[in-house]
Amino acid sequence: MFRELYYTFLDFLRTFGALQLFFLQLLRHTPTVFVRRFRLVVHQVYNAGALSLVIIMVCGLFVGGVLGLQGYSNLARFNAEDSVGTFAAFSLLKELGPVITALLFAGRAGTSLASEIGLMRATDQLSAMEMMAINPVRRVLVPRFLGGVISMPLLTAVFSMVGLFGAHIVGVNMLGVDAGAFWQQIQNTLTLDDVYEGIIKSFVFGVAASLFAVWEGYNAIPTAAGVGRATTRTVVITAITVLILDFMITAVAL
Amino acid sequence: MGSESDNLIEIRDLDYTRGHKQIFKGLNISIARGKVTAVMGPSGTGKTTLLRLITRQLVPDRGCVLVDGVDISSLKEKELFALRKRFGMLFQNGALLTDLSVFENVAFPLREHTKLPNRLIRHIVLTKLHAVGLRGAADMRPSELSGGMARRVALARAMVMDPEILIYDEPFVGLDPISMGVIVRLVRRMNDALGISSIIVSHDVQEVSTVADISYLISDGKVAASGSPEELNQTSSELVRQFMHGMADGPVAFHYSAPNYAEQLLGRDAE
Repeated sequence: MFRELYYTFLDFLRTFGALQLFFLQLLRHTPTVFVRRFRLVVHQVYNAGALSLVIIMVCGLFVGGVLGLQGYSNLARFNAEDSVGTFAAFSLLKELGPVITALLFAGRAGTSLASEIGLMRATDQLSAMEMMAINPVRRVLVPRFLGGVISMPLLTAVFSMVGLFGAHIVGVNMLGVDAGAFWQQIQNTLTLDDVYEGIIKSFVFGVAASLFAVWEGYNAIPTAAGVGRATTRTVVITAITVLILDFMITAVAL
Repeated sequence: MGSESDNLIEIRDLDYTRGHKQIFKGLNISIARGKVTAVMGPSGTGKTTLLRLITRQLVPDRGCVLVDGVDISSLKEKELFALRKRFGMLFQNGALLTDLSVFENVAFPLREHTKLPNRLIRHIVLTKLHAVGLRGAADMRPSELSGGMARRVALARAMVMDPEILIYDEPFVGLDPISMGVIVRLVRRMNDALGISSIIVSHDVQEVSTVADISYLISDGKVAASGSPEELNQTSSELVRQFMHGMADGPVAFHYSAPNYAEQLLGRDAE
Protein backbone atom coordinates (compact mmCIF):
# COMPACT_ATOMS: atom_id res chain seq x y z
CA MET A 1 0.00 0.00 0.00
CA PHE A 2 2.84 2.39 0.86
CA ARG A 3 4.34 1.59 -2.47
CA GLU A 4 1.12 2.58 -4.20
CA LEU A 5 0.89 5.78 -2.20
CA TYR A 6 4.48 6.55 -3.05
CA TYR A 7 3.83 6.10 -6.75
CA THR A 8 0.64 8.16 -6.63
CA PHE A 9 2.54 10.93 -4.89
CA LEU A 10 5.36 10.68 -7.42
CA ASP A 11 2.82 10.83 -10.23
CA PHE A 12 1.23 13.92 -8.70
CA LEU A 13 4.61 15.64 -8.43
CA ARG A 14 5.42 14.78 -12.03
CA THR A 15 2.09 16.15 -13.29
CA PHE A 16 2.47 19.25 -11.14
CA GLY A 17 5.95 19.87 -12.54
CA ALA A 18 4.74 19.33 -16.09
CA LEU A 19 1.85 21.75 -15.48
CA GLN A 20 4.29 24.43 -14.32
CA LEU A 21 6.49 23.95 -17.39
CA PHE A 22 3.36 24.12 -19.55
CA PHE A 23 2.35 27.36 -17.83
CA LEU A 24 5.82 28.84 -18.44
CA GLN A 25 5.58 27.81 -22.08
CA LEU A 26 2.24 29.63 -22.39
CA LEU A 27 3.74 32.73 -20.75
CA ARG A 28 6.78 32.60 -23.01
CA HIS A 29 4.61 32.87 -26.12
CA THR A 30 2.18 35.39 -24.65
CA PRO A 31 3.96 38.62 -25.78
CA THR A 32 4.31 37.38 -29.38
CA VAL A 33 0.69 36.29 -29.54
CA PHE A 34 -0.45 39.62 -28.11
CA VAL A 35 1.47 41.59 -30.69
CA ARG A 36 1.16 39.43 -33.79
CA ARG A 37 -2.07 37.51 -33.29
CA PHE A 38 -4.24 39.91 -31.38
CA ARG A 39 -7.18 39.06 -33.61
CA LEU A 40 -7.12 35.47 -32.41
CA VAL A 41 -7.15 36.66 -28.79
CA VAL A 42 -10.12 38.93 -29.48
CA HIS A 43 -11.94 36.01 -31.07
CA GLN A 44 -11.34 33.90 -27.96
CA VAL A 45 -12.47 36.71 -25.65
CA TYR A 46 -15.68 36.63 -27.64
CA ASN A 47 -15.92 32.81 -27.35
CA ALA A 48 -15.10 32.54 -23.66
CA GLY A 49 -16.42 35.91 -22.50
CA ALA A 50 -19.21 37.28 -24.66
CA LEU A 51 -20.86 33.89 -25.12
CA SER A 52 -20.87 33.35 -21.33
CA LEU A 53 -22.61 36.67 -20.68
CA VAL A 54 -26.17 35.38 -20.60
CA ILE A 55 -25.51 32.63 -18.05
CA ILE A 56 -23.40 35.02 -15.93
CA MET A 57 -26.08 37.71 -15.94
CA VAL A 58 -28.98 35.38 -15.16
CA CYS A 59 -27.04 33.74 -12.30
CA GLY A 60 -25.83 37.11 -11.02
CA LEU A 61 -29.37 38.47 -10.92
CA PHE A 62 -30.66 35.58 -8.85
CA VAL A 63 -27.66 35.38 -6.52
CA GLY A 64 -28.12 39.10 -5.87
CA GLY A 65 -31.83 38.53 -5.27
CA VAL A 66 -31.08 35.80 -2.72
CA LEU A 67 -28.58 38.06 -0.98
CA GLY A 68 -31.28 40.74 -0.80
CA LEU A 69 -33.78 38.30 0.76
CA GLN A 70 -31.36 36.70 3.22
CA GLY A 71 -29.71 39.98 4.11
CA TYR A 72 -33.02 41.66 4.73
CA SER A 73 -34.50 38.89 6.90
CA ASN A 74 -31.35 38.61 9.05
CA LEU A 75 -30.54 42.30 9.34
CA ALA A 76 -34.16 43.15 10.16
CA ARG A 77 -33.69 41.36 13.49
CA PHE A 78 -31.22 44.06 14.47
CA ASN A 79 -33.18 46.84 12.83
CA ALA A 80 -30.35 47.17 10.35
CA GLU A 81 -32.21 46.38 7.14
CA ASP A 82 -30.81 49.56 5.55
CA SER A 83 -27.45 47.77 5.47
CA VAL A 84 -28.72 45.16 3.02
CA GLY A 85 -26.93 47.03 0.20
CA THR A 86 -23.60 46.88 2.04
CA PHE A 87 -24.15 43.23 2.83
CA ALA A 88 -24.84 42.39 -0.80
CA ALA A 89 -22.03 44.59 -2.14
CA PHE A 90 -19.39 43.10 0.16
CA SER A 91 -20.51 39.54 -0.51
CA LEU A 92 -20.61 40.05 -4.25
CA LEU A 93 -17.48 42.10 -4.82
CA LYS A 94 -15.18 40.18 -2.50
CA GLU A 95 -16.42 36.60 -2.58
CA LEU A 96 -19.43 35.47 -4.55
CA GLY A 97 -18.68 37.48 -7.69
CA PRO A 98 -15.22 36.06 -8.36
CA VAL A 99 -15.96 32.54 -7.06
CA ILE A 100 -19.30 31.89 -8.72
CA THR A 101 -18.15 33.49 -11.97
CA ALA A 102 -15.10 31.19 -11.96
CA LEU A 103 -17.26 28.12 -11.32
CA LEU A 104 -19.71 29.12 -14.06
CA PHE A 105 -16.79 29.89 -16.36
CA ALA A 106 -15.36 26.41 -15.75
CA GLY A 107 -18.72 24.88 -16.62
CA ARG A 108 -19.46 26.98 -19.69
CA ALA A 109 -16.16 28.08 -21.25
CA GLY A 110 -13.66 25.71 -19.59
CA THR A 111 -15.42 22.59 -20.78
CA SER A 112 -15.80 23.96 -24.28
CA LEU A 113 -12.08 24.85 -24.42
CA ALA A 114 -10.97 21.45 -23.10
CA SER A 115 -13.20 19.44 -25.40
CA GLU A 116 -12.35 21.58 -28.43
CA ILE A 117 -8.60 21.21 -27.91
CA GLY A 118 -8.99 17.52 -27.01
CA LEU A 119 -10.90 16.87 -30.23
CA MET A 120 -8.32 18.82 -32.22
CA ARG A 121 -5.73 16.41 -30.88
CA ALA A 122 -7.92 13.36 -31.50
CA THR A 123 -8.49 14.38 -35.12
CA ASP A 124 -4.78 15.12 -35.73
CA GLN A 125 -5.38 18.84 -36.22
CA LEU A 126 -2.59 19.71 -33.79
CA SER A 127 -0.19 17.28 -35.49
CA ALA A 128 -1.17 18.74 -38.85
CA MET A 129 -0.25 22.21 -37.59
CA GLU A 130 3.11 20.95 -36.35
CA MET A 131 3.68 19.42 -39.75
CA MET A 132 2.86 22.75 -41.40
CA ALA A 133 5.62 24.25 -39.21
CA ILE A 134 3.06 26.11 -37.12
CA ASN A 135 3.43 25.89 -33.37
CA PRO A 136 0.04 24.81 -31.96
CA VAL A 137 0.96 26.33 -28.59
CA ARG A 138 1.12 29.72 -30.24
CA ARG A 139 -1.76 29.29 -32.67
CA VAL A 140 -4.26 27.36 -30.54
CA LEU A 141 -3.36 27.29 -26.85
CA VAL A 142 -2.09 30.79 -25.99
CA PRO A 143 -4.98 32.70 -27.64
CA ARG A 144 -7.50 30.51 -25.79
CA PHE A 145 -5.63 30.89 -22.51
CA LEU A 146 -5.42 34.67 -22.87
CA GLY A 147 -9.07 34.85 -23.93
CA GLY A 148 -10.02 33.21 -20.63
CA VAL A 149 -7.67 35.34 -18.53
CA ILE A 150 -9.03 38.57 -20.04
CA SER A 151 -12.67 37.47 -19.90
CA MET A 152 -12.79 36.42 -16.26
CA PRO A 153 -12.39 39.85 -14.55
CA LEU A 154 -14.82 41.37 -17.06
CA LEU A 155 -17.39 38.64 -16.43
CA THR A 156 -16.89 39.02 -12.68
CA ALA A 157 -17.55 42.75 -12.94
CA VAL A 158 -20.75 42.08 -14.88
CA PHE A 159 -21.80 39.40 -12.39
CA SER A 160 -21.29 41.69 -9.39
CA MET A 161 -23.03 44.60 -11.07
CA VAL A 162 -26.07 42.56 -12.08
CA GLY A 163 -26.05 40.92 -8.63
CA LEU A 164 -26.20 44.30 -6.94
CA PHE A 165 -29.03 45.22 -9.24
CA GLY A 166 -30.83 42.00 -8.16
CA ALA A 167 -30.29 42.87 -4.50
CA HIS A 168 -31.66 46.33 -5.22
CA ILE A 169 -34.79 44.94 -6.87
CA VAL A 170 -35.48 42.66 -3.90
CA GLY A 171 -34.35 44.98 -1.11
CA VAL A 172 -35.59 48.33 -2.36
CA ASN A 173 -38.38 47.61 -4.83
CA MET A 174 -39.93 44.58 -3.12
CA LEU A 175 -39.10 44.85 0.59
CA GLY A 176 -39.18 48.61 0.90
CA VAL A 177 -35.64 49.51 1.99
CA ASP A 178 -34.93 53.16 1.28
CA ALA A 179 -32.99 53.52 -1.97
CA GLY A 180 -30.92 56.40 -0.63
CA ALA A 181 -29.89 54.41 2.45
CA PHE A 182 -29.15 51.38 0.28
CA TRP A 183 -26.57 53.24 -1.84
CA GLN A 184 -25.37 55.58 0.91
CA GLN A 185 -24.33 52.70 3.16
CA ILE A 186 -22.42 51.06 0.33
CA GLN A 187 -20.65 54.31 -0.44
CA ASN A 188 -19.71 54.85 3.21
CA THR A 189 -18.34 51.39 3.96
CA LEU A 190 -16.96 49.98 0.75
CA THR A 191 -13.34 50.96 0.05
CA LEU A 192 -11.29 50.69 -3.09
CA ASP A 193 -9.24 47.91 -1.42
CA ASP A 194 -12.35 45.73 -1.30
CA VAL A 195 -12.83 46.23 -5.01
CA TYR A 196 -9.16 45.46 -5.66
CA GLU A 197 -9.46 42.21 -3.71
CA GLY A 198 -12.26 41.08 -5.99
CA ILE A 199 -10.32 42.06 -9.10
CA ILE A 200 -7.19 40.24 -7.95
CA LYS A 201 -9.22 37.15 -7.15
CA SER A 202 -10.98 37.13 -10.48
CA PHE A 203 -7.67 37.53 -12.31
CA VAL A 204 -6.05 34.65 -10.39
CA PHE A 205 -9.12 32.46 -10.95
CA GLY A 206 -9.05 33.40 -14.63
CA VAL A 207 -5.46 32.21 -14.94
CA ALA A 208 -6.21 28.98 -13.04
CA ALA A 209 -9.45 28.14 -14.89
CA SER A 210 -8.00 28.85 -18.35
CA LEU A 211 -4.75 27.02 -17.56
CA PHE A 212 -6.56 23.86 -16.45
CA ALA A 213 -8.95 23.92 -19.41
CA VAL A 214 -6.12 24.29 -21.94
CA TRP A 215 -3.88 21.79 -20.13
CA GLU A 216 -6.55 19.11 -19.84
CA GLY A 217 -7.58 19.51 -23.47
CA TYR A 218 -3.99 19.42 -24.72
CA ASN A 219 -3.15 16.33 -22.69
CA ALA A 220 -6.42 14.50 -23.32
CA ILE A 221 -6.16 10.89 -24.45
CA PRO A 222 -7.20 11.16 -28.12
CA THR A 223 -10.36 9.07 -27.88
CA ALA A 224 -14.02 9.87 -27.22
CA ALA A 225 -13.71 8.63 -23.63
CA GLY A 226 -10.43 10.50 -23.13
CA VAL A 227 -11.87 13.82 -24.27
CA GLY A 228 -14.93 13.25 -22.06
CA ARG A 229 -12.71 12.58 -19.06
CA ALA A 230 -10.61 15.67 -19.77
CA THR A 231 -13.76 17.81 -19.87
CA THR A 232 -14.99 16.47 -16.53
CA ARG A 233 -11.57 16.87 -14.91
CA THR A 234 -11.44 20.49 -16.07
CA VAL A 235 -14.57 21.34 -14.10
CA VAL A 236 -13.61 19.34 -11.01
CA ILE A 237 -10.02 20.57 -10.76
CA THR A 238 -10.98 24.18 -11.48
CA ALA A 239 -13.72 24.13 -8.83
CA ILE A 240 -11.44 22.69 -6.15
CA THR A 241 -8.53 24.98 -7.01
CA VAL A 242 -10.68 28.10 -7.13
CA LEU A 243 -12.11 27.43 -3.68
CA ILE A 244 -8.66 26.73 -2.19
CA LEU A 245 -7.16 29.82 -3.85
CA ASP A 246 -10.12 31.88 -2.63
CA PHE A 247 -9.38 30.86 0.96
CA MET A 248 -5.69 31.63 0.55
CA ILE A 249 -6.18 35.07 -1.00
CA THR A 250 -8.83 36.01 1.58
CA ALA A 251 -6.51 34.92 4.41
CA VAL A 252 -3.71 37.08 3.00
CA ALA A 253 -5.96 40.07 2.29
CA LEU A 254 -7.57 40.23 5.74
CA MET B 1 20.25 1.75 -55.41
CA GLY B 2 21.97 4.95 -56.37
CA SER B 3 24.69 6.80 -54.54
CA GLU B 4 24.13 8.52 -51.20
CA SER B 5 23.26 11.92 -52.67
CA ASP B 6 20.39 10.40 -54.63
CA ASN B 7 18.71 9.60 -51.36
CA LEU B 8 16.74 12.44 -49.85
CA ILE B 9 15.92 10.58 -46.66
CA GLU B 10 17.93 7.81 -45.02
CA ILE B 11 16.68 5.81 -42.08
CA ARG B 12 19.53 3.96 -40.41
CA ASP B 13 19.40 1.24 -37.77
CA LEU B 14 16.31 2.69 -36.24
CA ASP B 15 14.78 1.26 -33.05
CA TYR B 16 11.52 2.48 -31.61
CA THR B 17 9.53 1.13 -28.69
CA ARG B 18 6.07 2.19 -27.60
CA GLY B 19 5.09 1.00 -24.15
CA HIS B 20 6.31 -2.59 -23.98
CA LYS B 21 6.01 -3.21 -27.69
CA GLN B 22 9.07 -2.86 -29.86
CA ILE B 23 7.77 -1.47 -33.14
CA PHE B 24 11.03 -1.13 -35.10
CA LYS B 25 14.31 -2.94 -34.59
CA GLY B 26 17.19 -2.04 -36.85
CA LEU B 27 15.05 -0.52 -39.62
CA ASN B 28 16.92 0.69 -42.73
CA ILE B 29 15.10 2.56 -45.50
CA SER B 30 16.27 4.96 -48.20
CA ILE B 31 13.88 7.40 -49.86
CA ALA B 32 15.14 8.30 -53.30
CA ARG B 33 14.98 11.86 -54.59
CA GLY B 34 12.26 12.46 -57.19
CA LYS B 35 10.74 9.00 -56.84
CA VAL B 36 7.53 7.65 -55.38
CA THR B 37 8.47 5.37 -52.51
CA ALA B 38 5.84 3.19 -50.91
CA VAL B 39 6.00 1.70 -47.45
CA MET B 40 3.65 -1.23 -47.11
CA GLY B 41 2.92 -3.68 -44.38
CA PRO B 42 0.13 -5.42 -42.51
CA SER B 43 -1.96 -3.34 -40.08
CA GLY B 44 -0.19 -2.60 -36.84
CA THR B 45 3.34 -2.74 -38.21
CA GLY B 46 3.89 0.91 -37.35
CA LYS B 47 3.56 2.52 -40.76
CA THR B 48 2.07 5.74 -39.41
CA THR B 49 4.64 5.68 -36.60
CA LEU B 50 7.35 5.58 -39.25
CA LEU B 51 5.98 8.74 -40.86
CA ARG B 52 5.96 10.45 -37.49
CA LEU B 53 9.57 9.42 -36.97
CA ILE B 54 10.56 10.78 -40.38
CA THR B 55 8.99 14.15 -39.51
CA ARG B 56 10.28 14.07 -35.91
CA GLN B 57 6.90 14.15 -34.30
CA LEU B 58 8.43 11.14 -32.54
CA VAL B 59 12.07 10.56 -31.61
CA PRO B 60 13.68 7.12 -32.14
CA ASP B 61 15.25 5.19 -29.23
CA ARG B 62 18.30 4.38 -31.34
CA GLY B 63 19.50 5.03 -34.88
CA CYS B 64 18.82 8.12 -36.91
CA VAL B 65 16.78 9.73 -39.66
CA LEU B 66 18.86 11.76 -42.11
CA VAL B 67 17.23 14.32 -44.37
CA ASP B 68 19.70 15.62 -46.96
CA GLY B 69 22.43 14.10 -44.81
CA VAL B 70 21.40 15.98 -41.65
CA ASP B 71 20.36 14.02 -38.57
CA ILE B 72 16.95 15.53 -37.73
CA SER B 73 17.15 14.64 -34.05
CA SER B 74 19.97 17.21 -33.72
CA LEU B 75 17.83 20.08 -35.05
CA LYS B 76 16.64 22.90 -32.83
CA GLU B 77 12.96 23.89 -32.92
CA LYS B 78 13.51 26.68 -35.44
CA GLU B 79 15.55 24.47 -37.75
CA LEU B 80 13.00 21.68 -37.41
CA PHE B 81 10.18 24.02 -38.41
CA ALA B 82 12.28 25.25 -41.35
CA LEU B 83 12.72 21.63 -42.40
CA ARG B 84 9.02 20.90 -42.01
CA LYS B 85 8.21 23.70 -44.43
CA ARG B 86 9.82 21.47 -47.06
CA PHE B 87 7.38 18.67 -46.18
CA GLY B 88 3.73 18.36 -47.08
CA MET B 89 1.79 15.72 -45.25
CA LEU B 90 -1.57 14.17 -45.98
CA PHE B 91 -3.08 12.70 -42.82
CA GLN B 92 -5.20 9.57 -42.79
CA ASN B 93 -8.37 11.45 -41.82
CA GLY B 94 -7.48 14.73 -43.52
CA ALA B 95 -6.97 16.60 -40.23
CA LEU B 96 -8.67 19.71 -41.59
CA LEU B 97 -9.09 22.54 -39.10
CA THR B 98 -12.76 22.38 -38.21
CA ASP B 99 -13.15 26.06 -37.37
CA LEU B 100 -12.09 27.21 -40.85
CA SER B 101 -13.78 26.88 -44.25
CA VAL B 102 -12.31 24.70 -47.00
CA PHE B 103 -10.79 27.78 -48.64
CA GLU B 104 -9.25 29.03 -45.39
CA ASN B 105 -7.92 25.56 -44.62
CA VAL B 106 -5.96 25.51 -47.86
CA ALA B 107 -4.93 29.14 -47.40
CA PHE B 108 -3.84 28.50 -43.80
CA PRO B 109 -0.13 27.69 -44.40
CA LEU B 110 0.16 30.64 -46.82
CA ARG B 111 -1.36 33.06 -44.34
CA GLU B 112 0.88 31.77 -41.55
CA HIS B 113 4.15 31.67 -43.42
CA THR B 114 3.96 34.30 -46.13
CA LYS B 115 2.93 37.91 -46.51
CA LEU B 116 1.35 37.40 -49.92
CA PRO B 117 -1.49 39.75 -50.86
CA ASN B 118 -5.00 38.35 -50.56
CA ARG B 119 -5.53 38.30 -54.31
CA LEU B 120 -2.51 36.10 -54.85
CA ILE B 121 -3.48 33.77 -51.99
CA ARG B 122 -6.94 33.44 -53.54
CA HIS B 123 -5.38 32.63 -56.87
CA ILE B 124 -3.08 29.96 -55.46
CA VAL B 125 -5.77 28.37 -53.28
CA LEU B 126 -8.27 28.18 -56.14
CA THR B 127 -5.62 26.62 -58.39
CA LYS B 128 -4.86 23.92 -55.82
CA LEU B 129 -8.55 23.28 -55.12
CA HIS B 130 -9.16 23.03 -58.86
CA ALA B 131 -6.41 20.42 -59.13
CA VAL B 132 -8.26 18.18 -56.67
CA GLY B 133 -11.63 18.97 -58.26
CA LEU B 134 -13.08 20.87 -55.31
CA ARG B 135 -12.98 24.50 -56.39
CA GLY B 136 -16.76 24.50 -56.03
CA ALA B 137 -16.54 23.45 -52.38
CA ALA B 138 -14.35 26.39 -51.35
CA ASP B 139 -17.00 27.93 -49.09
CA MET B 140 -18.06 24.70 -47.40
CA ARG B 141 -17.14 23.76 -43.84
CA PRO B 142 -15.06 20.62 -43.21
CA SER B 143 -18.04 19.07 -41.37
CA GLU B 144 -20.06 19.22 -44.62
CA LEU B 145 -17.52 17.18 -46.60
CA SER B 146 -17.49 13.44 -47.15
CA GLY B 147 -14.38 11.51 -46.08
CA GLY B 148 -13.04 11.39 -49.62
CA MET B 149 -13.62 15.09 -50.20
CA ALA B 150 -11.90 15.97 -46.91
CA ARG B 151 -8.89 13.93 -48.02
CA ARG B 152 -8.75 15.81 -51.31
CA VAL B 153 -8.95 19.18 -49.56
CA ALA B 154 -6.17 18.02 -47.24
CA LEU B 155 -4.13 17.10 -50.30
CA ALA B 156 -4.66 20.58 -51.72
CA ARG B 157 -3.49 22.00 -48.40
CA ALA B 158 -0.46 19.70 -48.28
CA MET B 159 0.73 20.96 -51.67
CA VAL B 160 -0.16 24.63 -51.30
CA MET B 161 3.35 25.57 -50.13
CA ASP B 162 4.89 23.63 -53.05
CA PRO B 163 6.79 21.18 -50.82
CA GLU B 164 9.80 19.13 -51.89
CA ILE B 165 8.59 16.02 -50.13
CA LEU B 166 4.96 14.89 -49.99
CA ILE B 167 4.03 12.29 -47.42
CA TYR B 168 0.79 10.39 -47.76
CA ASP B 169 -0.62 8.42 -44.85
CA GLU B 170 -3.05 5.81 -46.21
CA PRO B 171 -4.24 8.07 -49.05
CA PHE B 172 -6.46 5.46 -50.69
CA VAL B 173 -8.54 4.29 -47.74
CA GLY B 174 -12.26 4.92 -48.06
CA LEU B 175 -12.18 6.58 -51.47
CA ASP B 176 -14.69 5.78 -54.18
CA PRO B 177 -13.15 4.38 -57.41
CA ILE B 178 -13.33 7.71 -59.22
CA SER B 179 -11.66 9.71 -56.46
CA MET B 180 -9.15 6.93 -56.05
CA GLY B 181 -8.19 7.10 -59.74
CA VAL B 182 -7.91 10.89 -59.50
CA ILE B 183 -5.68 10.73 -56.44
CA VAL B 184 -3.46 8.02 -57.91
CA ARG B 185 -2.95 10.06 -61.08
CA LEU B 186 -2.44 13.22 -59.05
CA VAL B 187 0.26 11.64 -56.91
CA ARG B 188 2.14 10.45 -59.97
CA ARG B 189 1.67 13.66 -61.95
CA MET B 190 2.77 15.95 -59.12
CA ASN B 191 5.77 13.81 -58.47
CA ASP B 192 6.91 13.91 -62.08
CA ALA B 193 5.85 17.42 -63.09
CA LEU B 194 7.04 19.25 -59.99
CA GLY B 195 10.02 17.06 -59.17
CA ILE B 196 8.63 16.22 -55.75
CA SER B 197 9.69 13.15 -53.82
CA SER B 198 6.76 11.20 -52.46
CA ILE B 199 6.39 8.73 -49.63
CA ILE B 200 3.21 6.68 -49.51
CA VAL B 201 2.26 4.56 -46.56
CA SER B 202 -0.48 2.17 -47.48
CA HIS B 203 -1.70 -1.38 -47.51
CA ASP B 204 -3.63 -1.05 -50.76
CA VAL B 205 -1.36 -3.25 -52.85
CA GLN B 206 -3.08 -2.69 -56.19
CA GLU B 207 -3.08 1.11 -56.07
CA VAL B 208 0.42 1.33 -54.67
CA SER B 209 1.68 -0.97 -57.40
CA THR B 210 0.38 1.37 -60.09
CA VAL B 211 2.01 4.45 -58.65
CA ALA B 212 5.16 3.48 -56.71
CA ASP B 213 8.70 3.31 -58.11
CA ILE B 214 10.08 1.48 -55.10
CA SER B 215 8.18 -0.38 -52.41
CA TYR B 216 9.32 -1.45 -48.97
CA LEU B 217 7.45 -4.16 -47.18
CA ILE B 218 7.76 -3.93 -43.41
CA SER B 219 7.13 -6.81 -41.09
CA ASP B 220 8.29 -7.50 -37.55
CA GLY B 221 9.94 -4.10 -37.23
CA LYS B 222 12.26 -4.64 -40.19
CA VAL B 223 12.22 -4.38 -43.95
CA ALA B 224 11.08 -7.80 -45.14
CA ALA B 225 11.47 -7.00 -48.84
CA SER B 226 12.07 -4.08 -51.15
CA GLY B 227 12.09 -3.35 -54.85
CA SER B 228 9.83 -2.27 -57.68
CA PRO B 229 6.24 -3.59 -57.58
CA GLU B 230 7.11 -6.10 -60.35
CA GLU B 231 10.06 -7.42 -58.39
CA LEU B 232 7.94 -7.82 -55.29
CA ASN B 233 5.25 -9.61 -57.30
CA GLN B 234 7.73 -12.11 -58.61
CA THR B 235 9.57 -12.75 -55.36
CA SER B 236 9.66 -16.20 -53.84
CA SER B 237 9.38 -15.00 -50.22
CA GLU B 238 6.25 -16.45 -48.65
CA LEU B 239 5.60 -13.38 -46.57
CA VAL B 240 5.74 -11.07 -49.58
CA ARG B 241 3.48 -13.38 -51.57
CA GLN B 242 1.00 -13.61 -48.75
CA PHE B 243 0.83 -9.82 -48.48
CA MET B 244 0.83 -9.03 -52.19
CA HIS B 245 -1.89 -11.56 -52.95
CA GLY B 246 -3.91 -11.09 -49.76
CA MET B 247 -3.80 -14.70 -48.57
CA ALA B 248 -5.12 -15.58 -45.11
CA ASP B 249 -2.55 -18.32 -44.50
CA GLY B 250 1.13 -17.58 -44.34
CA PRO B 251 3.85 -16.25 -42.11
CA VAL B 252 1.62 -13.39 -40.94
CA ALA B 253 -0.98 -14.93 -38.65
CA PHE B 254 -4.57 -13.75 -39.06
CA HIS B 255 -5.26 -14.37 -35.36
CA TYR B 256 -3.76 -12.19 -32.69
CA SER B 257 -1.97 -14.42 -30.17
CA ALA B 258 -4.57 -15.96 -27.86
CA PRO B 259 -4.97 -18.97 -25.56
CA ASN B 260 -6.26 -22.24 -26.98
CA TYR B 261 -9.73 -21.70 -28.48
CA ALA B 262 -11.37 -24.86 -27.11
CA GLU B 263 -9.86 -24.40 -23.66
CA GLN B 264 -11.07 -20.82 -23.55
CA LEU B 265 -14.61 -21.75 -24.63
CA LEU B 266 -14.71 -24.37 -21.89
CA GLY B 267 -13.54 -21.74 -19.42
CA ARG B 268 -10.39 -23.65 -18.50
CA ASP B 269 -8.05 -20.76 -19.27
CA ALA B 270 -9.29 -18.89 -16.20
CA GLU B 271 -8.41 -21.70 -13.82
